[in-house]
Amino acid sequence: MDIDVELIKNSIIGMGILGGIFATGLTIASVKLAVEIDPRVEDIDEVLPGANCGACGQAGCGSFAEAVVAGNAEVTACPVGGSEVAEKIGEIMGIDSGEALIPDIARVMCKGGKIETYRRSSYDGIESCKAATVAADGDKSCAYGCLGFGDCVNVCNFDAIEINENGLPVVNDENCTACNTCIDECPRDMLSLVPENKLVYIRCNSTQKGKTVKDVCTVGCIGCGVCAKKCPTGAISIENNLAIMDYEECVNCGVCAEVCPRDPFKVLGTEDVDIEALRAERKDDAEDEGAGGLVITEECVACDNCIEECPVDAISDEEEPYVIDQDECVECENCIEECPTEAIVWADEAEEEVAEAEEEAAAVEEDDEDEEATGGLVITEECVACDNCIEECPVEAISDEEEPYVIDQDECVECENCIEECPTEAIVWADEKEA
Amino acid sequence: MELLLIFFGAAVANNFILARFLGICPFLGVSKEVPTAFSMGMAVTFVMTTSAIVAWFVQGFVLEPLGLEFLQTMSFILIISSFVQLTEMAVRKISEPLYKALGIFLPLITTNCAILGLALLIPERGYNLIESVIFGFGAGAGFTLAIVLMAGMRENLKFADVPQPFQGAPMTMIIAGLLALAFMGFGGIVAM
Repeated sequence: MDIDVELIKNSIIGMGILGGIFATGLTIASVKLAVEIDPRVEDIDEVLPGANCGACGQAGCGSFAEAVVAGNAEVTACPVGGSEVAEKIGEIMGIDSGEALIPDIARVMCKGGKIETYRRSSYDGIESCKAATVAADGDKSCAYGCLGFGDCVNVCNFDAIEINENGLPVVNDENCTACNTCIDECPRDMLSLVPENKLVYIRCNSTQKGKTVKDVCTVGCIGCGVCAKKCPTGAISIENNLAIMDYEECVNCGVCAEVCPRDPFKVLGTEDVDIEALRAERKDDAEDEGAGGLVITEECVACDNCIEECPVDAISDEEEPYVIDQDECVECENCIEECPTEAIVWADEAEEEVAEAEEEAAAVEEDDEDEEATGGLVITEECVACDNCIEECPVEAISDEEEPYVIDQDECVECENCIEECPTEAIVWADEKEA
Repeated sequence: MELLLIFFGAAVANNFILARFLGICPFLGVSKEVPTAFSMGMAVTFVMTTSAIVAWFVQGFVLEPLGLEFLQTMSFILIISSFVQLTEMAVRKISEPLYKALGIFLPLITTNCAILGLALLIPERGYNLIESVIFGFGAGAGFTLAIVLMAGMRENLKFADVPQPFQGAPMTMIIAGLLALAFMGFGGIVAM
């Protein structure tokens, strides 16, 4: 095979000269056409990821660098670079990025994995949450829980999500850029953005009633509201049987996670809260305080209000007064508010109340004696002899021998049943009649 | 007349985007708003015209005498990238506002295949210098026309009730296809 040496020579020389000319031209141009640039722009441009992705809202990394120097963009505005880049930019700009920088992280709002929930059906379809949702709303016991097929994992551009052994997505804080892609993808709205510095969040999305949640999941929020009551800053509210956290108010104290009778809370920086231990601790505390749990007193009128309100079905209506199962009770105090007769009290208060009640009873008896001095019930001239009162009287104290009828004061028990039945309001208290 | 034909042929009948399908990337990427689309079109027109001139000189005075036509692609890429760099520096020196308006699009032109396509078409068709300039300018004008039309349609589509599966890229593809179909009508006006 012939090798055209001339051609190779020409190629090398020709292209070399051409390249040389352009290089020289550009070099001269760069000197001649040099524009004074704030050196910080170049410094910032260097620490930026350089992907020109436009996620910051600027046309590219260069524009972003200029915008930062011009003061038109926050040092933390690069979502891809995250805190690391923000810190470097902050150094260049002489700004402490620490305060300004609170990036959001996508959090999974479900803690009910394979262990905590069960499969209510067998799903063998496409391995996709969206497909499973279409097919009879998925196979998970909880209609609000994470299906765990990993649609979010597939859609994540930053490899920030993976499904753990328990079938729940885990977000890698370092990789997450809060780009919202997974949030848009999830058919059950399992993910939401939480500020990175907020360590406590509520990993449950279920707006079902407490009893239903208890049936389908061992950790889900039952909406009892203990957390909302105990939260020192009022950051938690209950909406639709679900605790909602206001992250602006949250101070990371973790009280909510401690008092919660269930375990939907995720407290970062610690292992998953050992809820049994905390509960035992709380019981000890309660015993120290001598509170002894909630009890229902004799005031109970069996209205069932408390049973409806109880998030954990701890109240039984088998006997009267109703009885609170101390093992089930989470001491949320919801029933106290609902009770029309204030029959539900703390055990130690109940003892005091028994004493009080006895005193009151004695007082009432005295009152009754006073009332007897009012002369009892009498029938006035209004009587039309309809016999209604006679039928109604439990002790047959009313005689129809004369008109108006007469009430035998020795027999009458002052039940007042006859007053209600009288069509002409002829039955009154003797002292009222005189008046 | 000949020059007019070349101009309209490049701009409309054989529009680089809608008939030759070159430079689709900026066509789809930078056609969300009319003003930026127009800036992009202007930048491309400028670079197309100037690289047409330089490509013609390099082809006629370097590659052909040395018998190096096979190095066309490589040398034209060299020309275009150097020229984009030069343009960027010049624009920045001359007019900072224009530089800002063009932003990232200016360096993006480096990788625009419409410009390389133009440079390769010039020697293939044996255009002289004047014809090359007109051809380059016409191609740039056609690019601007197409991208501005596209941006206008996409701006209007923002208020349209597009079915969810068609939102975003699918709808953009559909209107790009319709636009290309419409431009096929110009094929009869100017001979290929």
